[in-house]
Amino acid sequence: MARNPSSDAPNSATATAEPAPAFGGLTITQKRTIWAWAFLAIPVLFYVVIRFYPTANAMVLSFQEWNLLGERTWAGLDNYQVLFSDPVFWQVFRNTFMYLLLGTPISLVLAFIVAYHLDQVRFMHGTIRALYFVPFMTSAVAMAWVWRWFYQDVPIGLFNNALATIGIPQIDFLDSTTNALPSILAPAIWAGLGFQIIIFMAGLRAIPRSFYEAAKIDGVSTWTVLWEITLPLLRPTIVFVVVLSSIGFLRIFDHVFNMTTANPGGPLNATKPLVLMIYQTAFDSFDMGYAAAQTVVLFVILLVVSLIQLRLLKDR
Amino acid sequence: MLRKTRNTLAVLATSAAALTAAGAATAQEQVTIEYWQYFFEARVTAMDQLIENFEAANPNINVEMTHFPYADYRTRTAVAVPSGEGPDVVQLFYGWLNDYIDAGLIQPLPTDTFSPEMVEAEFFPMVQAMERDGQYFALPTAVRSLALFYNERLLEAAGVDVPTTLEELVAAAAATTERDGAGNITQVGFTTGMTAQDHHWFREVLIRQMGGEPYTDGYRNVNYDTEAGRAALDFYLGLEEQGVTQSGFMDEPQAAFRSGRAAFHIDGSFRIGALEGERGLRWGVTELPANEEGVRSNYSSYWVNAITSSAEGPEYDASVLFMEYITSPEAMEIWLETVGELPARSAVGMTDENANDPVFGPFIRGLEYAHTTIFADESAQRQVLVDMVERVQLQDMDPGESLTIAAEAEQAILDDFHGE
Repeated sequence: MARNPSSDAPNSATATAEPAPAFGGLTITQKRTIWAWAFLAIPVLFYVVIRFYPTANAMVLSFQEWNLLGERTWAGLDNYQVLFSDPVFWQVFRNTFMYLLLGTPISLVLAFIVAYHLDQVRFMHGTIRALYFVPFMTSAVAMAWVWRWFYQDVPIGLFNNALATIGIPQIDFLDSTTNALPSILAPAIWAGLGFQIIIFMAGLRAIPRSFYEAAKIDGVSTWTVLWEITLPLLRPTIVFVVVLSSIGFLRIFDHVFNMTTANPGGPLNATKPLVLMIYQTAFDSFDMGYAAAQTVVLFVILLVVSLIQLRLLKDR
Repeated sequence: MLRKTRNTLAVLATSAAALTAAGAATAQEQVTIEYWQYFFEARVTAMDQLIENFEAANPNINVEMTHFPYADYRTRTAVAVPSGEGPDVVQLFYGWLNDYIDAGLIQPLPTDTFSPEMVEAEFFPMVQAMERDGQYFALPTAVRSLALFYNERLLEAAGVDVPTTLEELVAAAAATTERDGAGNITQVGFTTGMTAQDHHWFREVLIRQMGGEPYTDGYRNVNYDTEAGRAALDFYLGLEEQGVTQSGFMDEPQAAFRSGRAAFHIDGSFRIGALEGERGLRWGVTELPANEEGVRSNYSSYWVNAITSSAEGPEYDASVLFMEYITSPEAMEIWLETVGELPARSAVGMTDENANDPVFGPFIRGLEYAHTTIFADESAQRQVLVDMVERVQLQDMDPGESLTIAAEAEQAILDDFHGE
């Protein structure tokens, strides 16, 4: 980097009549800003091309009609009007929130209980922790198909065969409008548990030992320690896990799709989440504009839910 | 042995065709055309063979085949063809054709080579759905129809004959159903599942056998909310009520049949290949059962080949020659042998040898009385019938009410598609 001598000259009036190059005439702050933007250009470009452009495009598309083949034509608010007057959409909307409202608290409580106790276990700690983590690493597709087999009727289903051998009537797991959603949610919770446990354990380890020692000296009960020390100090971890798992449950797709491939989201739309509806609209019916409108709705839901959670759980 | 002789004959026949066509191939320089289809091993093998024969006969034409997984196929073709990057000749599901014609992505076949009179005289009648304003836009190599598969061991064990009517089917299915001590079905007489092929069986076979017509006005109007539709639905639901089937048994109907836990199963000719490799399964196949008056019906579907709008000049000429070859009797014989799909030309299909073949025969004979549903959105229209049955089975809705809801829902899909 050759410096331009003219920029260092105290009295530029006496300097040559030749005008100073543009960059040289800038103040240090301005130069810093330019350099900062130069380095930022790559991530900014990346975000614009990979994130913002498709997002904006999807938003525009939600006001259009397009079947992938012909021209895009403007449809105004038609897609949204159809969407909000579609009973299937409201059913799907309810399902999506059922996944969220059942999935997040159940997985959160289970993960915390396991992590809290696992934290105190010394015997084969690493192995047990790894065992909890294995489902998280397994492919959701493979897992969904194995669970789908578990849920089958006699003569092949694992659970129903077990029930039949002890003389209990079969349960319709997936072939029922009431049982199907919880049946699909169970393996989804189980699969995500390992990840949440690891995060919780890291959070627990981050709490300074001295707090517990002080509590011990004061003779405080285990419950008080949990309520007054552990949980309040775990707040950032809880926020992280809640936001992440909520987004996960709002976007649930692979478990549902693979456990109900013959009748996706069935029976009678009882298990269909919003993402599956979007997928079907886009890639079965090729109604891209309508699918984009559904995507925008999902985006708004995700945004609102995340903002509410961040606000409610914010560290004051 | 037989295949080898046929293939040798095929090459000879192609070479003979090439000599006559040599004058037609205007471009002397090398032309490369691209052909796309979805990936299914037997189809790719068959097409490799066809391309080899075609190239041997047309040394100045090079055909490159590209294939994609089925799940991506429609999206990829839809994106590639408009951008001009796509194939010259493309394989499409017959139900997609209208969309492709409307978007101007495929061009009509030249009438001198593919005259409507010739196609109507030589191909099975359902191919006529590919015609628009006196020109054909696409033609299939092969077609598919439905038939009744049966498990020979289970029939022998129960001492029942192969059924030819619906009544006999129900009786035979009852005789072959088995239950455990608690009353759970452990082997079904007959597989059912609207999610598999039953929706076709219901629409084009049962409703017609009950005296109805599932659609009117060229498949634009739903016409099964009628006495006949109700009778068809009652018959279908009655199968489970009589205890000869259980929908969702072993997850999928074809899985139950393959594993030998189902005596009867309705499926398409494309299932033959999968069943042939199944060890320990002794199966046969017969025409779909007739009704009491002997009326039969069937459903047929097919994949077509079309020339895309990106083929121009020498590529277009080469594409026409290629289309001519892959819809020729010889190509159909190769396709039947390799893929197990039925020839689209009646003269090829209805040879004594093919029509009396113990495996292909029932399907080929079924083609004569088969109907092809013109779908606006096949998966959505299937879903309507899936839901119709589930409302009755899972929510105890009155079948008549459920039928009415289904007819209205399907009409809405058709109206939406036809812009009404």
